[in-house]
Amino acid sequence: MNRAPAQIALLPDGRRLHLHDGPIDLIIEAWGTAHEIRSAYAAAAERFVTILDELCAELPQLRQAASASGPKVTGVVARRMLDAVLPYAADTFMTPMAAVAGAVAEEILSAMTSATNLPRAYVNDGGDIAVHLEPGEEFTIGMVERPDRVSLFGTLKLRACDPVRGIATSGWRGRSFSLGIADAVTVLAPSAAGADAASTMIANAVDLPVHPAVTRLPACELAPDSDLGPRLVTQAVAPLSREDIELALASGANTAQSLVQRGLIFAAALHLQGKTRTVGILPRMVAKSTPARSLVHA
Amino acid sequence: MADNDVIRCDACPVLCYIKEGRTGACDRYANHSGQLVRLDPHVVLDRALSRGDSVVPFLERSRDWDGNLLNASDIFVTAIGAGTTYPDYKPAPFIISSEVNGVDMVTVVTEGIFSYCGVKLKIDTDRHLGPETSTVRSQGEPVGHVTTNEYGSQMLSLGGVRHLTGGSRREGTVTCETLLSLCNGKPVELEIEQGARVVIEAGKAPVVDGVLEERMRVGCGSATIGMFAKQWLGKVDEVVVVDDHITGVLSEHQAGKLLGIPETGIKMKGRRSTPGRYFKVAEPGACWGGTNIKDPLSILGSFNAKIAWPGLRLLMVSTTGEHYAYFELDDGHRPVEKQLPAALQLSVDRIKENCEPALCTVLFMGGAGGSLRAGVTENPVKLTHSVREALTRVTCGGAPVYVWPGGGITIMVDVTRMPANAFGYVPTPALVAPIEFTLKLADYGTLGGYMDHVRPLESVATEQGRRRVPAKSANPWPLETDAGKESQ
Repeated sequence: MNRAPAQIALLPDGRRLHLHDGPIDLIIEAWGTAHEIRSAYAAAAERFVTILDELCAELPQLRQAASASGPKVTGVVARRMLDAVLPYAADTFMTPMAAVAGAVAEEILSAMTSATNLPRAYVNDGGDIAVHLEPGEEFTIGMVERPDRVSLFGTLKLRACDPVRGIATSGWRGRSFSLGIADAVTVLAPSAAGADAASTMIANAVDLPVHPAVTRLPACELAPDSDLGPRLVTQAVAPLSREDIELALASGANTAQSLVQRGLIFAAALHLQGKTRTVGILPRMVAKSTPARSLVHA
Repeated sequence: MADNDVIRCDACPVLCYIKEGRTGACDRYANHSGQLVRLDPHVVLDRALSRGDSVVPFLERSRDWDGNLLNASDIFVTAIGAGTTYPDYKPAPFIISSEVNGVDMVTVVTEGIFSYCGVKLKIDTDRHLGPETSTVRSQGEPVGHVTTNEYGSQMLSLGGVRHLTGGSRREGTVTCETLLSLCNGKPVELEIEQGARVVIEAGKAPVVDGVLEERMRVGCGSATIGMFAKQWLGKVDEVVVVDDHITGVLSEHQAGKLLGIPETGIKMKGRRSTPGRYFKVAEPGACWGGTNIKDPLSILGSFNAKIAWPGLRLLMVSTTGEHYAYFELDDGHRPVEKQLPAALQLSVDRIKENCEPALCTVLFMGGAGGSLRAGVTENPVKLTHSVREALTRVTCGGAPVYVWPGGGITIMVDVTRMPANAFGYVPTPALVAPIEFTLKLADYGTLGGYMDHVRPLESVATEQGRRRVPAKSANPWPLETDAGKESQ
């Protein structure tokens, strides 16, 4: 099989740019004049076409546990990844791969904003989102309870004055393996790479160690080249008791709280089997109640 | 890798090792029985939007890019004439991919050979066609039976495996011919034991014993009283709406009571159900209101002389407004027929106007069996589950179908929503019906589909021997499943 070229295409809505290469899949939208948008998308595409090769060149190092004294990386995106996970390296096993999606999103967004002036823009890398907001601008962000199902549990309004430029979601149902049992953990952080690493960290902490309802398998048995090696990753979670859900969420919230205190994240929303815990302040959050549809019989 | 069930994907520089049944880091390439298969939801776009093409035009609308003549999302390949691989357990003749709203869809197209199939007929008529469970014959052979009577309609059930293969050779052949004609929109004459001879044609009015049935009744006799009571107030003293099921009497009916209509001393034959509602005023037939009566007065007894009065005005009308008569009582309280006053003519006309055109509806019903499903996926039950979870849309010749809940894939489809002559037969005897399964390409991979047999739409639609027919605009577009709607 030959390698397919990167795809660079507008989505059928004519507004959003879709960039795809190997495992990287980005949805991008910029606001501004037609000229500004064109320049921004051109810059995004130009930066994008080499990014996968750059990462793959350092893949072996990026798949090793990060540490301050550990392997160095040289690529711009690789360095963003390493920097994002280093705050956790001392206490836990984490590889720079935990921040790959956020770091790519951040890199592409920075290429766009360096090329032109945009009032606002985002780069969404499979749910890990880098946002750009000029003063006075805002984004409405929809939040999902489970990454595999598109049902909003609420929205929040992000304004330029909020110290948030990255949003990331992790959980065992997502594309990457998780050591925890959270359906989804959404994190708001100063950067997308930081949000990505933190959401991985918190999702791993939403857990019930050695619980019969949780099915785990060694990561390397599922994907031989996983950076998680023999570590057990969650494959299924049977319905849990209310107490167990609270227990697991409390454990995750505890970790999230410490990250808020260390200034690594701004806020987090943790979801497990229909229950939600939030930590920090979700800006201008509006919880969406389930639409109250009912039948009336004549 | 020591494992021989692991393959190395070379689709991108990540070079993932992928275990059997799993996908690589991209979720787009998978190891399917040792083969690297592509689940990429952008395969079709890929061709038009190769990198070289897109450097300049990526700000144009995507529509502008498909320079080819086909707009893939506007073409749907039906199974009509597609053939079948039955009884071999081979992939269906056509497994076609096309892109809809940025999502790659696949349609598995096959003709199904249905031994378990039949038609459900709904015949709009209030005439009595025959007793429930009576045998329905075609060319002298039993092909089905009379089933329930619905509101304004008689249902027949024809075909089924017992008539197709369980009886004599001729019974099977005639049943198959009858079903084929009905499904292909041709008229069929049916004879009902102890009942009528009817000519049935999908989407046309039925002919009952040589009489074209033009209109359905507006409602039962009681319902008709309820609907028009107010319009009769002050214009007539008594109204009897003659109906084979429930004959209504205005002065006794709840609607008349509410309007303060006084008793008239009328005496009805038949069995009183509730006030003003009578069962069995006569035998079923093809005359007044689906009864056998030609003289409406035959269902009345003598008026009670203590209550009735000379000059009392009586309207008798059928539930279709087709039959009506107006009487006034003479000094001996006997009804004498008179010219219908203009004011009452209006209400009779209104009953007629409210009767919808009588039609025959033909629903084909069949079950997708083992070998048909095996042509779609190696693990047929997964197709059933996928249909059940509404991930897979089933169509017949592009027409929407009703999928019965419960096990199997048992469907019903209105044959008038399908293209003409969509059905065929095999000498088994069994009916051949088109059936298409449309789902997301990625889901198709998951349910064990024949990914290596997927062909792009363009390669099929432009081949010689394809017949292009306009889609029926009243049908939902088969490619626009709920799954197809959600783009990114």
